[in-house]
Amino acid sequence: MKTILATAAAAGVALSAPAMAFEPESDQTIKLMQADWTSMLVNTEILNIILSTYGYDVEKVIADDSARYPGFETGDLTMAVETWQTTQDKAFNASVGTGKVLDMGELGPHAREDWWYPAYMADLCPGLPNWEALKSCAEAFSAPETAPKGRYLGAPVSWGGFDEERIEALDLPFEVVHAGTDAAMFAELQSAYERKAPILLWVYTPHWAPSVFEGSFVEFPAYEEACYSDPAWGLNPDKAYDCGKPQGWIKKMAWAEGEKVWPCAYEILRNFTMDGDEVGNLVYKVDVEGQTVEDVAMAWATENEARWREWATCAAN
Amino acid sequence: MADVSPAARQGAPAARPWFGLLVAAGVLLLLIAAPLLPAVWREVPAALRLPLSDWIEGGMNWLARDAAIGGLAFSDVTRALAAAAQWPIEALQVLLAEGWIHGAGFNKVQLVPPLSWLGITLATALLAWRISGRGLAVMTLVAGLYLALFGLWTSAMTTLASVLICVVAALVLGLAIGIRAHRSPGMEPAVRAVMNVMQTVPIFSYLLPTLLLFGYGPSAALFATVVYALPPMVHATVLALRSVPPETLELARMTGCSRRQTLWQVELPVALPRLAIGLNQVVMMTLNMVIIASMIGAGGLGYDVLRALRRLDFGAGFEAGMGIVALAVVLDRLTQAAARNQSIGRRRLWSRRDSLIALALLAVPTALSYLLPALAVWPKGLSLTSAPFWNAAVSFINQNFFDPLEAIRTFMLLNVMNPFRDALAALPWSAAVALLALAGWRLGGWRVGGGIAAMAMFIVITGYWLPATGSVYLTLLAVAGALAVGMPFGIWVSARPRWHQPVQLLLDTLQTLPTLVYLLPAVMLFRNGDFSALIAISSYAVAPAIRYGIAGMAHVPSERVEAAAMSGCSKWQTFVHIRLPAALPTLLLGVNQTVMMALSMLVIAALVGTRELGQEVFTALSQGLPGPGITAGLCVACIALIADALLKSGAARAARHQGEAHA
Repeated sequence: MKTILATAAAAGVALSAPAMAFEPESDQTIKLMQADWTSMLVNTEILNIILSTYGYDVEKVIADDSARYPGFETGDLTMAVETWQTTQDKAFNASVGTGKVLDMGELGPHAREDWWYPAYMADLCPGLPNWEALKSCAEAFSAPETAPKGRYLGAPVSWGGFDEERIEALDLPFEVVHAGTDAAMFAELQSAYERKAPILLWVYTPHWAPSVFEGSFVEFPAYEEACYSDPAWGLNPDKAYDCGKPQGWIKKMAWAEGEKVWPCAYEILRNFTMDGDEVGNLVYKVDVEGQTVEDVAMAWATENEARWREWATCAAN
Repeated sequence: MADVSPAARQGAPAARPWFGLLVAAGVLLLLIAAPLLPAVWREVPAALRLPLSDWIEGGMNWLARDAAIGGLAFSDVTRALAAAAQWPIEALQVLLAEGWIHGAGFNKVQLVPPLSWLGITLATALLAWRISGRGLAVMTLVAGLYLALFGLWTSAMTTLASVLICVVAALVLGLAIGIRAHRSPGMEPAVRAVMNVMQTVPIFSYLLPTLLLFGYGPSAALFATVVYALPPMVHATVLALRSVPPETLELARMTGCSRRQTLWQVELPVALPRLAIGLNQVVMMTLNMVIIASMIGAGGLGYDVLRALRRLDFGAGFEAGMGIVALAVVLDRLTQAAARNQSIGRRRLWSRRDSLIALALLAVPTALSYLLPALAVWPKGLSLTSAPFWNAAVSFINQNFFDPLEAIRTFMLLNVMNPFRDALAALPWSAAVALLALAGWRLGGWRVGGGIAAMAMFIVITGYWLPATGSVYLTLLAVAGALAVGMPFGIWVSARPRWHQPVQLLLDTLQTLPTLVYLLPAVMLFRNGDFSALIAISSYAVAPAIRYGIAGMAHVPSERVEAAAMSGCSKWQTFVHIRLPAALPTLLLGVNQTVMMALSMLVIAALVGTRELGQEVFTALSQGLPGPGITAGLCVACIALIADALLKSGAARAARHQGEAHA
């Protein structure tokens, strides 16, 4: 019974598959790295759908954002669709510098992260979003253990970000409290938002939070490379970091050797681009509407078939 | 009554209260005199620091990239191992979770569905009924239905597949090492030392080396889990073999058994009940690891928990977490029942006919699932969920009770936690090391004292002294909280047998429900920082406090209690003068276990922003630096081993005094 059904199903596959002349260059497994934030999950699943539609053997491998580099250098991981300049700039460039990892170009969305406050705080601190307002209304942001200084909820220590240095350089009456994880950080935001309580914290986009919670980024003096490296730059002549955080690209990366194994798959990855709002929308569907990553990715692939078939012209004949 | 207690007092040398006072006076003196000490003795001088973490870093990189044994790269060997381990996991996953799938992307077709949830649930319930009884069978059915109807089945089976392989691997390896250690007594202390370190080094600190050597994916998770779950199996094997009566071995020798025959046909069968206890521990510890394993590619329920919490869907996280608890409880009760049957000699509970019925139970729903897909995967539209309720509850508490909770938090932080933290950090390292060594020497002799001094110095020279004081502060406060709640509760429950079963279930839930599930709601109510961490650590460490509270009271010899009753003691007098002293050694072991549990939670507590060794380990992991991760992890192990040495010597002393008092 089972065998008959299996054979029938296999025959069905053969019949229903479009007459594809394309044969993948290799039957080796392409390993797509996925970390745990939503935009990467959806984008990776979309790439998975595209590559496997053309017959590539694809596997999704879960790996930590910062712990990925040894994997890419040895070929344990083949492709990643998202590497954020805001946190990974140095490590990414160092890894590309080894020659074992390829920079596959920008994905498209613009990454931003900085100090952020909910809209209702604008009433308590009218000068916002200008950063200088923080000097006079730090107390509105204070907690019992930091009063009279304000409390700023920073990202996990491992993310870096130079907030202690920024506070000192700009002479802000604030104390940094580090959240342990991303989730813990947004848990506190949700808690405060529900009670309309004061909060000032690190937020990044593309992320679901800015689409659910109303608020804005604090506008610091715009980042330039010299701000971080040269104390003389900016308002404070003696200290670096007297500016906001770098904004920047989200890049795709890949294991260098793999270019020889699957040249066409690498071309598809290079052509793979998304629009910032588009990604925000996909993330919203998963995180706020509660759809599964697979359903959201498949819906995107069905709607945009012409577009991704164009990315894969090398596989078209 | 009156003739028992003075005897106990005579048995205890007058040295004990004197010693306690001395230690208290010493600490006080140190705090006052600290600023007078020369700086070198207060803060660890740079010249004393050993660049151990750099060496480990270099060693790891060499091992992962360049090491070779006779032309065969070391990393190739580990990769081959990983590939070999991957195969059975994948096979089980096809069978239980995914079925056989052809093609992918737009061309994905499922050729054969996985075993039906209904079939697996019914077959397991049949097994439970045969080896235990109706109670366990009903529990199995409830667990299976919960997983299926709440839409957790596929994830649960992915988790089960890797858990089963981990358990088998830890069992086989643990047996092999344990047998080896038992046979060559010279090796046994070394094995025990290695196992103790393995058990106390936080998992996060060897996650990265595991990734370097075994690559990403389920097999790396498998190796990390086995390292964590192996020690109890080894300990249990050594203990079990040692407990085989010498007469039995003598008999085997006289009947001409070879060494191999003696092992397989005499020793292991006799030791089976105790071995089963080890197996039980392995099962629980493996399920403990599910969340962390999912961080490095094991997927399954642990991944569901992480994903749900990332979008702050506490309810969905709680449901997936309870799925892990359901798996743990069923597996635990099944292995316990099997062990009990072995020890009381109940055999032949499972007939050939049962095998046939079980096969039919598996095959029929699976075959039917071709026609009725709901038997393969319960339709999403019909899934139950309680998530909105839990989310609303958290949100309600947050909006209505935040202010009183905030007042408690602020009070604790400003008046208890911060002053204690600062006091510990201000202790000069030299004096603290000397004090610890003195305590070890008084309680357990010069060897214990020397060992403690060496381990404390390890923390000093690796440069982690300050974060280590942070760990000690959090652990001590959490242990104090857990003991204050857990021990009295356990003692209270021990006198009420009817409560035993529900409390048991509560304890299993506390130990296997992933901490993150209640850590994040705690953050909403208590913000990021030490107070949330303290609550998370305490609620995890309270389980052993309760368990040993119950066990301590249960082991009080009944004749002593009766004697006290006859001599007219009140209930309270009996408790204070008879029960409590008799239970003291067990209670002290309970304190020991509570400390161990609290220490093992430090790394998880780092997820809400603590500043101590756990955070060092966690940060090293997320920055991809194996050196600092392992070194800080070894420092946590040192703290654990120091606490263990002090408490075990203390317990041994208490037990000796008990013995003397009644000799």
